[in-house]
Amino acid sequence: MPKQSPIPGDIDKPFWDACNREVLVVQNCKSCDRMQHPPKEKCGGCSSSDNLEWREMSGKGTISTYIVVHDTPVTILQAEQPFNVAVVKLDEDPGITMLSHLPGTAVDAVPIGAKVQVEFETTPATGQKVPEWRVVG
Amino acid sequence: MAVNVQTPPDSMYRSTEGLGVWEHKGKVAAVGIGVSPTARRWDESPETSVGAWTILAIRNAMEDAGVSPEEVDGIVLTPDTSTGVSWPKDRPIPESFVETFNLTDDPLDGIVKLSIEWILKNMPELTNIKFAMHAPTCMSNAIVVGAQAVGDGMTQTCLVVRGWHNLAGRYYVGQGAAGMDTIAGPAGITSGHGVPACGTTAMMFQEYCHKYGKNHDMMANFVITEKRNGLLLPEGYWAQHRPENLTVEDYLAARWIAKPANLYDNDLPICVSAAFVFTTAERAKDMKQKPVYILNHTRTTPKHRGAVQTLDDWQEAADETGRKLYEGAGIKNTDLSFENMYDGFTEFHQFHLEGLRFAGVGRGEALDFYQTDISLEGPNPVSPSGGNAGGGRTRFWLHYDSIQQLQGRAGARQIRKKAEIGVSGAFFPDFNYSTIWSATPD
Ligand SMILES: [Zn+2]
Repeated sequence: MPKQSPIPGDIDKPFWDACNREVLVVQNCKSCDRMQHPPKEKCGGCSSSDNLEWREMSGKGTISTYIVVHDTPVTILQAEQPFNVAVVKLDEDPGITMLSHLPGTAVDAVPIGAKVQVEFETTPATGQKVPEWRVVG
Repeated sequence: MAVNVQTPPDSMYRSTEGLGVWEHKGKVAAVGIGVSPTARRWDESPETSVGAWTILAIRNAMEDAGVSPEEVDGIVLTPDTSTGVSWPKDRPIPESFVETFNLTDDPLDGIVKLSIEWILKNMPELTNIKFAMHAPTCMSNAIVVGAQAVGDGMTQTCLVVRGWHNLAGRYYVGQGAAGMDTIAGPAGITSGHGVPACGTTAMMFQEYCHKYGKNHDMMANFVITEKRNGLLLPEGYWAQHRPENLTVEDYLAARWIAKPANLYDNDLPICVSAAFVFTTAERAKDMKQKPVYILNHTRTTPKHRGAVQTLDDWQEAADETGRKLYEGAGIKNTDLSFENMYDGFTEFHQFHLEGLRFAGVGRGEALDFYQTDISLEGPNPVSPSGGNAGGGRTRFWLHYDSIQQLQGRAGARQIRKKAEIGVSGAFFPDFNYSTIWSATPD
């Protein structure tokens, strides 16, 4: 799907750079052992920025829920309607969720609980890659 | 204008468990309420701007309370008035607005936002304001801050104010970043998939239905009850402009916005303003209206770590809100005569209701509870205000109605059982400001 191209900022640039290398990373606070996504300037647990690092993920997750979008506010997605948006919980930490259009899954046929694997999709405006997820097995 | 407008410090909020009974329980009271008319969209005349209608609502509230403007010494305002459509960047503001009002440095003040400075510049009768705070996002926040401020003695007689504007255009659709082919900031992670405003709620609702074996059809009785209650709210948009009954069939046939959320699970953005008058219980004793006492207030803030919340996040947060409300008010769930928790989107409501254990309803049970008698006439009145769904998008009908119910002047919406204690709060289950109201101070 022709998604908007994310424009990396100071804080999330390492995340988007990793996407361009087809690697999924999530920000982690070493002192709290706490991940957070989107990345932030400070850890939401200890409010410190001193111990933030980037942790590489396996790219495996599970679908926890989904919707079928019939009326999106995003102009470039309107021609694609209706489309799935699923919530994926990462295997490493189910508290970390990401959104997915679930390429390869028919509209409104989303298997809640199914395993998914990350892949990377190139967005048209800038070529920035973004993570997407595909049902496996 | 010498008034220093402050931002509420964290210390004004009751955010954690274990704080015990609120130190000002029953010592702060709502004694007046006022609203403006409603409209679907701003017609660009100065008389119907959010600024003008907020002035009207404030004057109505003071009159309702029998309080003179010079007696008012505090104001808490929610400065956001937006409903998802922005003012075009290079478009000048209407000349008639410039001619009618005293402007602040921001020309859009009074049109698509509102500041206390603007209100004071245009309400010269408010000569005695010594305490002023902007409580963002939601009137529920302003209510919490106003209650604490009066309790703490920062103000004796305080206005609590919220206005809404609505311009031409569709709610968030194609607005700002949504209309571009790039997206910046955290939105690149959270918004790039084109989820509409109701989408996160619909995701949580879907997960809820999957977990507990429920379905969207089970929402119908709740939504039509809200619409019915809303038509009995003469101040509301639907009663004033579109007095249409909603049937179960209408609800089930409505188009999807983000399945499982349909058109009627969303609310209608409108123009309207409201103001309440809060004062000390002592002073409230011999005032014009029967005082409605505040027994407790709470704030709950998001703790989720991912791109969207999870069902667990929302259920845990809703439970936490319930426990905090009861602890600080020194009451139990069975003490509630009614509940007016947030409904905009309708699929929020069951989370709030279950967190409160309203009528003994626990996790996963609210949709079954919706199939019972939840009407104004019944033993467990749910959302007697009609909420956002029944009165238009304000996030304040719930509070307005709670006050009226406990004063016994909710008119055709008056619940048939005795109204003794009620609760109202908004908005997300994990991001809300809630208040327990009572007909008596203890
Ligand atoms: Zn930390």
